[in-house]
Formats: sequence, C-alpha cells, structure tokens
Amino acid sequence: MKMNMKPSRPIGIVGYGAYVPRYRVAAAEISRVWRQGQDTGALPVKQKSLPGADEDTITMSIEAGKNALMRADIDPALIRSVWAGSESHPYAVKPTSTVVAQALSIAPYTTAADFEFACKAGTEAMQAALGFVGSSMADYSLAIAMDTAQGRPGDALEYTAAAGGAAFIIGPAANSVAILEGSISYATDTPDFFRRSYQKYPEHGNRFTGEPAYFLHISNAVRTLLEDLELKPSDFAMAVFHQPNTKFPQKVAKQLGFTPEQIKEGLLSPFIGNTYAGASPLGFSAALDAAKPGDRLLLASFGSGAGSDALSFVVTDRIEEVRFAAPTTRSYIDREVLVDYATYARWRNKIKHH
Amino acid sequence: MDIPRTWRLRDQRYLLQGNQCEECGELYFPKVFICHKCRCRSLKDYQFSGRGTVYSYSTVYQAAPNFDAFVPYIVALIDLKEGPRVTAQLSDISPGEVEIGMPVEMVVRKISEDGERGVINYGYKFRPPIPLEE
Amino acid sequence: MRQVAIIGLGQTPVREHWEKGIRELAANAVLDALEDAGLHRVEALYVGNMLSGLLAGQENLGALIAETAGMAGIEAIKVEAACGSAAASFRQALLAVASGAVDSAVAVGVEKLTEMSGTATTAGLATAADSDYEASMGLSFVAINALLMQRYMYEFGYSKADFAPFAVNAHDNAKYNINAMFRYSVSMEQYTNAKVICDPINLLDSSPIADGAAAVVVVPLEHVGRYPGQAVLIEACEIGTDTISLDNRENPLQLKGVQRSAQKALKTSGKSHKDINIFEAHDAFSIMSALSLEASGFVEFGHGLKWAAKMNIGPGGDLPMSTFGGLKGRGHPVGATGLYQIVEGATQIRGTAPSEIQVPDARCAMMQNIGGSGANVTTTILGKL
Repeated sequence: MKMNMKPSRPIGIVGYGAYVPRYRVAAAEISRVWRQGQDTGALPVKQKSLPGADEDTITMSIEAGKNALMRADIDPALIRSVWAGSESHPYAVKPTSTVVAQALSIAPYTTAADFEFACKAGTEAMQAALGFVGSSMADYSLAIAMDTAQGRPGDALEYTAAAGGAAFIIGPAANSVAILEGSISYATDTPDFFRRSYQKYPEHGNRFTGEPAYFLHISNAVRTLLEDLELKPSDFAMAVFHQPNTKFPQKVAKQLGFTPEQIKEGLLSPFIGNTYAGASPLGFSAALDAAKPGDRLLLASFGSGAGSDALSFVVTDRIEEVRFAAPTTRSYIDREVLVDYATYARWRNKIKHH
Repeated sequence: MDIPRTWRLRDQRYLLQGNQCEECGELYFPKVFICHKCRCRSLKDYQFSGRGTVYSYSTVYQAAPNFDAFVPYIVALIDLKEGPRVTAQLSDISPGEVEIGMPVEMVVRKISEDGERGVINYGYKFRPPIPLEE
Repeated sequence: MRQVAIIGLGQTPVREHWEKGIRELAANAVLDALEDAGLHRVEALYVGNMLSGLLAGQENLGALIAETAGMAGIEAIKVEAACGSAAASFRQALLAVASGAVDSAVAVGVEKLTEMSGTATTAGLATAADSDYEASMGLSFVAINALLMQRYMYEFGYSKADFAPFAVNAHDNAKYNINAMFRYSVSMEQYTNAKVICDPINLLDSSPIADGAAAVVVVPLEHVGRYPGQAVLIEACEIGTDTISLDNRENPLQLKGVQRSAQKALKTSGKSHKDINIFEAHDAFSIMSALSLEASGFVEFGHGLKWAAKMNIGPGGDLPMSTFGGLKGRGHPVGATGLYQIVEGATQIRGTAPSEIQVPDARCAMMQNIGGSGANVTTTILGKL
C-alpha cells in the first residue's frame, strides 16, 4: 500500500515569503539570568528571535503573506483559502486568517481557518492547501506557518522558543517555482509536549521529546516518502527538517543519510532559535532562496502530539524570476538587534504592569 | 470597546486605502467625502504604495491607557510617495536612528489593545525599508 | 450689530483644586464676575469647557452652572472647541448681546483636569486631535506639538535654547499673578536642562495641567453707564479654523487657523499690528508661541524665535506676551484658558494689573485661544473706552 499523497493535477508553490522579527536575545543572556552562566558552554542555540512589542502572529503572517504575493504575482482575489498554522494565535477565538485575508486583499471570497498542531501546524496548513488546489477546488491557496513561541521563564525551552515563519501560495504547476512530487503525513498520539487551555506556557517530557517523538515521526515520514517516490537522500539538493535546536535536525539528517551540506541552507535555528510552526517552513523558504532550477528539495516538519509531514518538491526555472521579488529569508535574519533579558521579559508579557 | 470603528476603518488601516477624485485625479489619505480641490463628490478607492519619507517625528513616553504597553514609541508624519501626508508610528527603529527625510515603508502592526479582553487594533506603521537584493 | 463691552471679571486661582468640583469652580468665577460688574443676574450663560463629559462624567453644563450660580431658568449652554472652548463661548456671549437678542450675558470657561489619572487625562486631551487618524495611532497632544517643533527646528536651524525666552518671560510674569500656578522664575539653564517629555519638547516648554474657571460679564456698550463695573470695549472676537489633523495641512508650520482668525479680528477692529500693545498667545507649548507670532502677522514666517530672542516680549517691551504668566506660567485649565486670557487682557486695559506686570499705557490687547493643534482659533481684541 502506498502511503504517498499526490494531487490529481500537477501543482506546486507559486509564491513564498519569509518573516523574522529583527530582535534577538542571546541564549547566554537567558543563562546569565536563570543559571548564572552555568550552561554557557552547552547552549542549544546561539540566540533566538523575538517579536517587537507591536508584533504578533497576525502581523508577521501579513508580512510573510505579502512577500509570497509579491513572488506569486497574482491577483490576491484569486486565492480561495487562507490557512494559518500557529500555536500562538493572538485570539483564542477569532481567526488569525480573517485578519490576514483582509490585510492582503484576499477577502471576502475565501475560506479562512487557523490550524493548530504544535510545531507542524504550518505544514498541516500546507498539506490542506495542496489538497485544496490539487483537487481543483481552488486555483490558489495561501498557507501560513508562523509563531511567536513562549517558553516558561527558566525552562530549557526558553532558550529556543522564538518568532518567525513563512507563507506559501499553492497553485498550478505551470506558474510554480517548485512542483510537488508527493507528501506523507505521519501522526500518532504521543504527548511529548503540550499546553492545556488557558495555560500560558507549555509542558514537555524532557528527553521523551526525542526518540519516541521527534526522531520516530520524522524518520518514518521521510523514509516512507522516499520509498514511495523511489528516491534516495542523494537525489535531493537540499533538505529541511524541523529544528527545535541545532542538534536534532543535524542528528536526524545523519540518521536518514543526508549530508551536513544538504541541510546547511535551511538550518536557521542556530541564529534565530525554534520558530515552532514557522521553523521548517522558514528553513524551506531559505532553501528556495538558494535553489537552482531542477533542484529537488525535502521539507520534513515535526509537531508534538505528535506527527510529521514530509514533502518533496522540484524547483522550476521560475525561481530565477521571483527569488528577489521580495526580501530574502537571509535579509530578515541578518537585521539582528540584540536586546537584554529585561526588555525581552517586558515585550513578551513576562512582567505584568497592569 | 470601539469595535465598529476598528471594523469600519480596517481597509484604511491594513491597506493604506484612501481615495481619488474621479474628476481631477487628486489623491487623498484619509478618505474625503468631497474633493477639496474641485468639489467633486465622486471618488474611488485608491491604495497607496506605502512608500514615503519622514517629515517629522517624536517619541511618546506617556500615552493613553490603550498604548501603555508600547511606550516609549516613535510617532511621525510621513510624506507618502504619491503625495498625501500620514500620521503614524514608526517601528523597527530606535529613537536615535530616526532622521527627517529618511525613506520608510508601510507595515501592518499592532497599534493598540483594548485591555486584556478587548479587540486588538492592527494598522499601518512605517519602518526603514528592507532592501530587495538583485 | 451693537458694540459690546466687558463690565465684570472673575477668576479662580489656577491650581490643583482637589477640594472643588467643576460646578463650584465655575460658580465662583461667575459670581465674582457678576459682583465685579454689579449685577445679580444675566439673561444668558455660555459655558466654555472641553472635558467635563470624559473626566467628570458631566455634560449639560449650561443648566448645571446656571443653577449653581443661582440663575436657574436662564438660557444656558456649553460651547466646546477643545482648548479653545472658553474664547469660543465668549464669542457666543458677544453675539447674543451684539445681536440684541439679550442685554446681558456671562461667558465662563471652566475645566477640571485633575479629576482622573494622568493617562485618562492624556487620553482626554488627545480628543482635541483627529480621533481616527491621530489619537488612535497613539499620538498624544504633546506629541503633535513635538512634531511641529521638530520640523520647525529642522527647517529654520534653531536650537533648543532658542525657545527659552518664552518660558523665561512667562515665569517671570507669573510670579506676580496671585492666580498663577507657577509663581517662580526659571533660568535659561533650567530651561535647557529640563526633562524631555516628548522630544524636542521638555517640561519647561509645556503648560501644566490644572483646574480653574474664569468669567466675564458682557453688556451692550450703550448700557455700560448703568453698572458700576469698569468697562472694557470688545473691539473684535473672531474665529478661524484649519484642518483638524496636521497631516492634512499643506505646511503644518503655517497655522492657517491662527492667520484667518487674527486677520479677521484685525479687520473687524480696524486695528493694525502696530496698535496692539499686548499679545496673549496660546503658549500651551513654546512652539505655539513662535508659530502664533508668525501666523498672526507680528513677525515673518520662521522669524519667531529670532524676534523673541531680542527679549522684547517683557511687560515693558515692544510686544508684551504672557503678561500674567500665559498658559505656561499661569497654568492651562484647557477649556477655561481663553477666558483667563480675556480677563487678564481686560485687567491690563483697566490698568489694574500688579505694577510689576502692568503694561504701561495698555490700550489694545490681542488674546488668542487655540483649540487642537491650530484647528479652531479665536482671536479677541479688547480696547480702552
């Protein structure tokens, strides 16, 4: 039985766009506050991105969506879905996606919904968009992967919980920059990390988040995808894995037979931390920024709870036309402004002032 | 809770949508109901590019309650490329970096929050442009 | 239209009046003005006020103040033009008497800004600006003035210290005004070192938030002999407006509302700039003094500070300004301010100001009260009978 999911017509990514806020807080700064620097030699990332006081998943989604539209070069009113995957939607009830649809001139003739699946809410939205366009229900569909993740002060995840993401406009293969070859979704009930309703910070199972969660799900999704498509790791120019830290994606890549060179372009966590639902899609936008026509790219997400989406794309000639039609992923990552822990704590509402 | 206003002004705030006189072509932001040049009452929506330059600026340290969480923040008058001047906040910039005449581009940001329970107001702010590579 | 004169003046000290509510402040000023005029009652009452609804939860001030002042039953309404409310109410009183509709009227300006917390007051004052496009973008009223000051300094190359003469003069004069809030001098050095509140505006550029009420009684000129109060002639009182927000003005540094109102007032009175002995500008912020001097036609555009630097704005100077301390030194109870200016101008013309701040041979005084950032401007000219 083939597990592979393929659309009934050729489709792909017609536009993509990144967003990363300009602020960073150094992992060493967090260590200084909570551990007096005890673990400075073994930090999971160098620094993490941080949204400004006036940014949230909605504003960041709008900018990434704008960038995707600039590259897609289509009338926004042709888009029939705005699906935003995040674990940090500003409203508990009221879609992120309607604000984004309005701000991007996609409204009113569109479906709009928010996805939640921890760190793979974004690729979940992409899968849905691929199905929507692949079935010909829509010509264009916008999927957004964006987060402003929060870690409990002093918790191990505080070092990495970051902000950023990417947006993808799915459409016909004819004007795609990368055509979908097939995808796999793999999900089981694995409570490695979760946040209960009305709780501000998530809980996690420490080392349980590794083998039975991250590694098992990604490995199974990617292996099955390669088998079904009859591909081997060396057929890919680049591969992007979910990146909760620097080590995990390096380790899973190695286990699956990918080289450090293949994952280099899309490995952003050392510089910006773990952007949760935004993480692997943002890495994928960085890979697209660097891709050449004919390159095959792998995107493999992981979301706690738990599951993995693995997708294979082949880059087209159109990448050369649109690559610089919007700011590159790198141009966002490079504009870093370091802030101290107190500023970070204030902006992220860790200090109550009323 | 001024929910109707947030709703009513959403396209102006998210898209920098003003209008244009159908008679003489004059551009307006915010929208006008009669052309101030030729008194024509027929005007159509016009979306501004969001590109402009700083005409003047200052920093707010004491704000109204809805803006409390954001102080200090920078406010400015922006001369849009197409002509009209807009009052807005600057974002992604520190007070010492602002200069009259500097180019800026429009972004959508959180403008205010109606307390912890109320609506979040989003709208235009301006920031130094992120350059496109070639 | 009949000529009209002021025959009674009343004011409360400008203070943080914790112990007095809005009705008591207003009633005190009205009753003092009636007593000064020698009247028990007038036919109409015009109440200038900006923020009673927001800060005191009280509107319908006309009926309230008429009742509190013991005149329940007379025609009485509130007039609102932001910080220019008081002078606007004065114009309504003038029109009512000049038209022959009534034979006596009181205009009272009253404001209580200390009723609520600082941020509520900040939000309240911002209602003078465009709510959809200025205030809801996070602009405080100070910020709007700061945008003007920043641009003015940029265009004309002025430094911060160039603005000092306005604050220094205002404080020097306020010292002798028992009703003023700040009765002390400030030095040039204190000015330049003052805390920045909204760059480039510092604390000594800004008039203080305060409570107070001021009132005048007006009657037809032909009736002044019937009353004991010393009469002062109203030569003109004219309103000019401009767009509410700065961004809709071709050149925000040129206050067209001020220009329109000043030109109209000069025309109505038949006076020229040379005839004006006193100019009470709306110096809520130093930048407004400079821009008002220019837009009113006393000095050329961009020359306000050069001119003020010569220090000819003191009580014995070429054009005395802020003779009782102005908004800066006396205090700025917003919706009352315009009538403080008119009471002070009338006092100068009567020749009854404290000797240190009495302008010698004061014959003609111009008072300018501005609502918003130059959006609604009333210019009044008073003359000696």
